[in-house]
Amino acid sequence: MVGITAYGAYVPLFRLSREAIAKGAKGEKSICNFDEDSITMAAAAAIDCLNGIDRDTVDGLYFASTTHPYKEKLGASTIAMATDLKTDILTTDFSHSLRAGTSALKSALDAVKAGSAKKVLVTAADCRLAFPLSAFEPNFGDGAGALLIGDTDVAVTVEASYSVYNEIMDVWRHENDSFVRTWEDRFTLAHGYLEGVKEAVSGLMKKFGYSPGDFSKVVLYSPDGRRHTELAKSLGFDPKTQVQDPLFAVMGNTGAAAPLMLLVAALEEAKAGDRILLASYGDGSDAFVLQVTEQIEKIRDRRGMKKHLASRKVVTDYKDYLAWRGILPAEPRKETVVFLSAPALWRERDANLRLHGVKCKACGTVQFPPQRVCTHCHTKDQFEPYRLSDKRARVFTFAMDRITSPVLELPIVTTTIDFDGGGRMQCFMTDRDPERVECGLPVEMTFRKLQLKGGIQNYFWKSMPIRT
Amino acid sequence: MKGIKDKVAVIGMGCTQFGELWDKNHRDLLVDAAYEAFEDAGLEPKDIQMAWYGSRESGFTGAQLASALKLEYIPISRVENFCAGGTDTFRNACYGVASGACDIALAIGAEKCKDHFGGFNMDILEPFDRSMTEWDGPPVNQFAQLATRYMYHYGWKYEDLKRIFAMIDVKNHHNGTMSPKAQFHREITIEQAINAPIISYPLGLFDACGVSDGSAAAIVTTPEIARSLKKDYILVKALALTNGGGQAVLQPEYDFIHFPEAVAAAKLAYKEAEITNPRQEIDCAEVHDCFAITELITYEDLGFSPRGKAPEDVEAGSFTLEGDLPVNTDGGLKCFGHPLSASGLRMIYEIYHQLQGKAGPRQLKKVDMGLVHNIGGICGFFNCAIAILGKPE
Repeated sequence: MVGITAYGAYVPLFRLSREAIAKGAKGEKSICNFDEDSITMAAAAAIDCLNGIDRDTVDGLYFASTTHPYKEKLGASTIAMATDLKTDILTTDFSHSLRAGTSALKSALDAVKAGSAKKVLVTAADCRLAFPLSAFEPNFGDGAGALLIGDTDVAVTVEASYSVYNEIMDVWRHENDSFVRTWEDRFTLAHGYLEGVKEAVSGLMKKFGYSPGDFSKVVLYSPDGRRHTELAKSLGFDPKTQVQDPLFAVMGNTGAAAPLMLLVAALEEAKAGDRILLASYGDGSDAFVLQVTEQIEKIRDRRGMKKHLASRKVVTDYKDYLAWRGILPAEPRKETVVFLSAPALWRERDANLRLHGVKCKACGTVQFPPQRVCTHCHTKDQFEPYRLSDKRARVFTFAMDRITSPVLELPIVTTTIDFDGGGRMQCFMTDRDPERVECGLPVEMTFRKLQLKGGIQNYFWKSMPIRT
Repeated sequence: MKGIKDKVAVIGMGCTQFGELWDKNHRDLLVDAAYEAFEDAGLEPKDIQMAWYGSRESGFTGAQLASALKLEYIPISRVENFCAGGTDTFRNACYGVASGACDIALAIGAEKCKDHFGGFNMDILEPFDRSMTEWDGPPVNQFAQLATRYMYHYGWKYEDLKRIFAMIDVKNHHNGTMSPKAQFHREITIEQAINAPIISYPLGLFDACGVSDGSAAAIVTTPEIARSLKKDYILVKALALTNGGGQAVLQPEYDFIHFPEAVAAAKLAYKEAEITNPRQEIDCAEVHDCFAITELITYEDLGFSPRGKAPEDVEAGSFTLEGDLPVNTDGGLKCFGHPLSASGLRMIYEIYHQLQGKAGPRQLKKVDMGLVHNIGGICGFFNCAIAILGKPE
């Protein structure tokens, strides 16, 4: 039987209070920091998913998003590097649709079933932009989900699936659009969302002989809370007892990541024997029947949705959000990076993306960045690669710059950190409260974006106060 | 190894006004500094046999100096070692003379920092063939790390250490008021320094040196030629330079409360100059006060104060003009600003005049031995240069 063998998720630390957008609006939406994007969020969810799992056993990585930073460049490979997977694996991007996440799930299931791979990690992430002050803006949230698909020790089997496509201009972005376009609500919801999911779910139930009462939990994508209830009811489910909370009050609609993130939320409460219905929507719908096994108890040790949702910092100034997204242009500061060198990035990719340092075979000293000559014993070329991305560290000392970039981040915190197990590194600190930065502060590493130069998005790791 | 002591003499020096010199380019600065040195030495440009040209940002090749001074086909090397560039330029010129390769050499440094928003690129290590993942903030952030750790390690309260910084800032500003070529001529108070806006915690505006343009030059020769040209030549007693190899950021053992490059350079310099008790034997010092924390830790690195005890000496006024070891008598980087490759030579210019008794209102009573210290770079990769100069016996 093929199915889900592990799950993970990532919700950014920051929440924009909806009151900041419109007086009287309730709740919060999750917003990624200025140094995050779909790739960094997917990597965070992937790493959460693989907690306790040997990364060398993963032989496929799929990345789904409608907000891929590139129009032409594989994202799955960048995430595979950040997750420190081996290179001879399947890597594919799924894009352009809000159901790209479930489409990737379906493909992963088929790949494992067909014997093309043994363990495929499906990641989905989105940070969609609605027109500022539009009705959609308060609903959109940022986040990522990840599912590991395999055929051994399966925690959630996939009993059945059913897909339909629906060619309709309801929610879309053309190549040059930054903001999501929609047609009138009444049309898009009637003939897009409600009709599309209904066709997939009723088709699934008819073909495989299920009825609404068979499911302990129903996980549905939705554009907003009201439509979510409407759809659930129209499908014959009880919105009070059977349906997974779509988390609009605390997170918002996370686009292609939503079906996976909401599924993770459901799985965190599920027990062996539960049957779950999962349905996405985006130019059609993918529907799945999932069955939870006893194995679910063995994979609880993850941050998932619960712990990420519980750890939050509220942003109350709408201008911060606009500045982080580049919607409010920032006065350019003096450039210190003249251009990014593709050969240098390629040459240093293991250090930069995998955060591989080296360990001297002669004296055991861990060093970052990788060296040819050991700083401690001066032995030349006797090193083995050493992953630092999953190590905890402590701040040895720090600086807090108040003059370089006042708009995006004030102050810019830079840290010298010492890793448990050895190694020292200097790096930016992110997702931090300046009042709480001090010598000795425990930190973890997080994958973030740095400069965008000449069309190249540079990525690296930053230190971060332990998230949960 | 025999060392440089008493093998090279300084016979002429020049120094431009330091400041925001919008109407001067680097060639103007080179001409102004060099010609003052020629006049001081009683020489002409054609007497220069070799030259060393220090420049971090304003000129990248020996031909630039030849072009500015119209030097006719003599050997000129460009020297760069970040903030230690000026002293290193001087060091190279001295070795040229001591080796016998030439008899009269020019060391000159110039920088037009104000032409580019007053910053320096952080390409300390290499400009192009790296991934640009290192943190690229201004240098203040490098030194702020030592300030935060110094506070943590010795258990200083923020307000109390800020007061120590402020006393250093006040001292240097006071000295600068008597220094016509400095950029700033204003007294400041302890309160002003403590309450100034923070640029990188815990360093505030007055804990930082200015950004400026400037040039300074030295003409060096053998002691024999010096004796024949003038009575008040100065002898080079030691020249040290060390360069960090990344130790501070590769080895968790590094404590961020001293500069290992400076400690090593001081050891080399004192050995070469045969100094065993620097606090007693050094009469006057110019140290690299890019930030107040740098000057504070440098007192300890150079052995002027015991490790961790420099603040006590600051409180006691030991390093003021009236103290037993005046430091930065001309106002330091604080009042001159810091055109990188000119600063070391500007410091030597002050020590040179103190030794000659020509430091005007800043003149100290007894000066037989003076020290110059520069440090620049990023943590783990600092370049530290020390020069010790003295009167001929």
